[in-house]
Amino acid sequence: MTTTIYSQISQNKRNTWLIIIAFMLFVSFLGWFTGQVFFDGSGTFFVLLALIFSSFSCIISYFESDKIILAISSAHEVTVEENKYLHNLVENLCIGAGLPKPKIYLINDTAMNAFATGRDPQHSIICFTSGIVEKLTKLELEGVIAHELSHIGNYDIGLMSIVTVLVGTVILISDWVTRGMFYGGRRKSSNSDVGGIIMIVGIILLVLSPIIATLMQLAISRDREYLADSSAALLTRYPDGLASALTKLSQDTEVLEAANRATSHLYITNPIKSENQGFLASIYDTHPPIAERIKRLEAM
Amino acid sequence: MFSIPATIILFPLIVLFIFGVYFVIVYNSLVSLKVKVKEAWSGIDVQLKRRTDLIPNLIETVKGYASHEKEVFENVTKARSALMGATNPSQAQEANGMLTSALKSLFAISEAYPQLRASENFTNLQNELSDTESKISYARQFYNSVVRDFNSKIVMFPSNLIASTLGFKQEVFFEANEEEKQPVKVQF
Repeated sequence: MTTTIYSQISQNKRNTWLIIIAFMLFVSFLGWFTGQVFFDGSGTFFVLLALIFSSFSCIISYFESDKIILAISSAHEVTVEENKYLHNLVENLCIGAGLPKPKIYLINDTAMNAFATGRDPQHSIICFTSGIVEKLTKLELEGVIAHELSHIGNYDIGLMSIVTVLVGTVILISDWVTRGMFYGGRRKSSNSDVGGIIMIVGIILLVLSPIIATLMQLAISRDREYLADSSAALLTRYPDGLASALTKLSQDTEVLEAANRATSHLYITNPIKSENQGFLASIYDTHPPIAERIKRLEAM
Repeated sequence: MFSIPATIILFPLIVLFIFGVYFVIVYNSLVSLKVKVKEAWSGIDVQLKRRTDLIPNLIETVKGYASHEKEVFENVTKARSALMGATNPSQAQEANGMLTSALKSLFAISEAYPQLRASENFTNLQNELSDTESKISYARQFYNSVVRDFNSKIVMFPSNLIASTLGFKQEVFFEANEEEKQPVKVQF
C-alpha cells in the first residue's frame, strides 16, 4: 500500500516535468511549422517566439493554475465562521493524513461534486459544490474529503492542475493555427509539392493535437481515482462512507454548469453526464465507472 | 586493462565506497523518519493539551449543579494532572486513558441533572471535548503510521544493521484504550 503511494508521488513529480517539456516541444514545433509555412521560412524566429510563449504559460500554469481553475469554476472561499462544520471535518482528516489544512472553496450549485487543486500540499485547495455539502451525511462527506486529501497528499493536484491549463492552451493554439491556415493557405496555394506535404502534415497534426491532449488528460486521471479511493478508505477506516457517497453522486442527475471539458477530470465524479454509453464514450471517459469504484471499496 | 595489483587495490575501494554511500542514505532516511515521528507526536500533544485545557472549565460548570459528587471531580483532576505531567508517549497514553474513563463517569452522573444537561455552556464543552477526542484519534492514527514506517525500517534487513550500530530504537505506538477500541456503531 505505502510503496504504491510513494512511487505514485515520485511518478507525479516526474510526470509534471515531462508534461511541461512535452508542452514546450509541441508549442515550439507548432511555432516552427507556422513560420515555415505561412511566413516563408522564418521558422527559427517563430520557434523563439513559441519558446518564450510556452515558458510563460508553463510558469503561469505552475503558479496560477489553481486560481485560474477556481475562477472558471466560479468558486468562492469559505471561512471558518461561515461553515464551521465543513472546516472541522477537513481539519480532523488533515490531522489523520498529516497534511496542512487546505483552503476551502464552494461553488453555489445544487449538483453534487468536489475537486482539489493547487500545486503541492502546502498550497492546496478543496472545492465543494454546496449540493454535496448539504445532501451527504457526515460519514459520506468524510469519505469525499478523504478522497480529495489523498489527491493532495499524492501530489496529484499539481499535475492535474497544470494539465488543465496546458491542455487548454494546446486546444486554443490549434484553433488559432487552424484558422491561420485557412487564410494563409488560400494566399499561397500554388506553391511547390514540398509545401503541399508540409501542409498535409500540419493538418494531420492539428486534427490530432486536441485528441492527443484529451487522451493525455485521460491517461493521468483514471488510475489515480482508484488509488485515491483506497487511500481515502485507509484514512477514514470506513470504506462504506465513500462507497455510499459515490452511490449518491452517481444517482445525481443534475449537471454542474461551472464544469467544462478542460476541468472535468479534476472532479471526484464526472460532472459532465452523457447518455451516450457506447464504446467511444467509455474511451473518452475521464473517470473509471462508478460501479467499479464502489465494488472495489465494498471489497475492502 | 588494469594490472592485477591495481585490481586488488581498486576492488575493495569500490566496495567500500558503495557501502559508504548506502550507509549515508540509510542514516539520513532514519534521521528524517525520526524527525517525522517527533512531529507526529507533537500533533497528538497539541490535542492532548487542548483536552486538558477544557477540563477546569468543565468541572466548574458541573460543580454549579452537582457540587457533592466530589469523588468524580477528584478522579478527573487527578487524571488531568497526570496527563499534564506526562513526559513520554507511554505515560501520556496511560494518563489519557485514565482521563477518558474519569470523564465517562462525569458525563454519566450529569445524566441525573437535567438542568445541567440543558445548560448551554455544558453542551458546548461536551461538543468541544468530543471534537478534541476525534482529533486525538486522527492524530494517533497518523502518529502510528509514521511509527510503523520508522520501526519497520529499523528491523528490516539490511538497514537494521546500520540502525542497531547507531543505536536507533523502536518507537512506541500510541494505542487506543480498551473502550475506544470498540467498533463505532453507525446508524443510518
